[in-house]
Amino acid sequence: MLVLKGQSLFAGIVIGPMTIYEPAATITSSYITNTENEVNRFQAARNSALEHLKTLYKTALISVGEQDAGIFETHQLMLEDLDFIETIESLILEENLSAEAAVNIASAKFSRLFKEMDDAYMQARAEDIADISAKIISFLTGFETSLNAFPFPVILAAKELLPSEIIQLDKSKILGFITSAGSLNSHTAILARALGLPAIIAVDNFPSKTASNVTVILDGLEGHVYIEPDERTVNIMTQKKEEIESQQKTLDFLKGKKNITKSGKEIKLLANISSLKELQTALDNDAEGIGLLRSEFLYLNKNSFPTEEEQYLLYKTIIETMAGKPVIIRTLDIGSDKKASYFHLPLEENPALGYRAIRICLREPHIFKVQLRAILRAAVFGNAAIMFPMVNSVEEILAVKAIVQEVKNDLKKENLQFSEAIKLGTMIETPAAAIISDDLAREVDFFSIGTNDLTQYTLAIDRQNENLSSFFDPHHKAVLKLIELTVKNAHKAKITVGICGELGADKKLTNLFINLGVDELSVSPSYILPLRKTIRNLE
Amino acid sequence: MKQFTYTIADANGIHARPAAILVKEAKKFNCSVKISANDKLGDLKRILSVMSLGATKGTLISITLEGDDEELAFCALKTCLENNL
Repeated sequence: MLVLKGQSLFAGIVIGPMTIYEPAATITSSYITNTENEVNRFQAARNSALEHLKTLYKTALISVGEQDAGIFETHQLMLEDLDFIETIESLILEENLSAEAAVNIASAKFSRLFKEMDDAYMQARAEDIADISAKIISFLTGFETSLNAFPFPVILAAKELLPSEIIQLDKSKILGFITSAGSLNSHTAILARALGLPAIIAVDNFPSKTASNVTVILDGLEGHVYIEPDERTVNIMTQKKEEIESQQKTLDFLKGKKNITKSGKEIKLLANISSLKELQTALDNDAEGIGLLRSEFLYLNKNSFPTEEEQYLLYKTIIETMAGKPVIIRTLDIGSDKKASYFHLPLEENPALGYRAIRICLREPHIFKVQLRAILRAAVFGNAAIMFPMVNSVEEILAVKAIVQEVKNDLKKENLQFSEAIKLGTMIETPAAAIISDDLAREVDFFSIGTNDLTQYTLAIDRQNENLSSFFDPHHKAVLKLIELTVKNAHKAKITVGICGELGADKKLTNLFINLGVDELSVSPSYILPLRKTIRNLE
Repeated sequence: MKQFTYTIADANGIHARPAAILVKEAKKFNCSVKISANDKLGDLKRILSVMSLGATKGTLISITLEGDDEELAFCALKTCLENNL
């Protein structure tokens, strides 16, 4: 038995037969006399490679989403890079090299350029050069290695697997893979994780010669690879594998079950999301609704404001997909610490205490109204509500409601359909809001407690500052007392109250929250089923 | 000819994604777009050239534009840098 160590990209155990994968055959150099023809050969192959990349990009968009699919756009730009092209063409024209040889040399040159950089991320880009070069060569030679041609599911072992190869792997034929090259920064790693492909990369002492179809165990939890494991190891690993699978089954079993304690107390579990991809995860995890749609994702990483139509279509999609389950949209919570330069927010010493969220919306109602119009119009397609971040006073709520009324009047005049009776709620995330929650409760239809900021502002501690972690108590009595006060005031005014901050997922507090009478917890989708398990085990 | 400088604010420097965005933007214009950083000169229309500059957070880069649409390119690229880096 051989035990190898590498870096794991997954948290599970895979057992199966291993196959060594070797890419295209080696290139033999030859002296080319008709160099012009050879350049044309190269250009034709390059164009085929570009076409292929466009297809790969489309496939990747569906399987891993826009962010990760961008890898293939970068590859396209590399294939169009004049330095790359000119290097290859001059090698052909001036040194009479075959197109294959020229591409190989150019590939080595640019790979070395990246490998010699200081930055680990840049070093990993050498892999992208290798990928596009391999692609051009496969079109030149017409030789294509079959990645998925196996009679039964296998674990692939290769020196290196390139992004184009990863995206084409058929998960029904490939149980997982190991490589001796690779880094966590590589596009291969990013894609493998995004696809949920079990893999261990950067494996040391990779065997150069192994018989085909030997049994291999991938321990993704420890990053170990067992080649031809002995009986004892097989037993231990099989048991671990079964434990992991049964845990997953328990979670799956909880789908469709009620969030009810043994004595019959109930609480709703909803999801916090910031993208369409997370919407799917929320549904897969049995969320009873979206307790917090962080609308900022529409505004960040952009060059300009999202239009009303863009926003309307997005909200509509989410609201329709949730098919009647509540969708609570929080209006934009942007500050000078976020990337949205087109807002032209002044630089601040203390962005957490600064010009942000509802303050921007009240000061610049033209921005606010675009979002409100989009939400009000999309709300007719399901069950949507609006909530406002960083609210501190009754005056602010009244000002917000006045703007909402203006928007409703405008939409009426324009004969556009919108939700007249849409519920309006507020985040309780400052100590001020919690302390006057009795007054605020009379002005809104619901509360949602943002425990992250509430804790930060109450304890006067920056949660991200590791230097302060010994002073930071997330269960501080002061925070819990403010939550208790908020819940009591909400119910006195007969409105519902939920928690959408991190404390909602804190299992140590679930019993307290249920006993306080919190109506719903909105958490990251992957916490929903584990929370349900906790709730069902409570008295 | 137009020229401007910019200090990279993004913690990751000019990584593949922002480099791709910058290059795509620069290629829209006819004028030549050169970039210099860390005493190296690159071409903003050539992605390998941009990525190999090794521009990290805090690096001061200089963009030089030369051509008939240099004004348009200036505005577009400045905005592009502010929004992505």
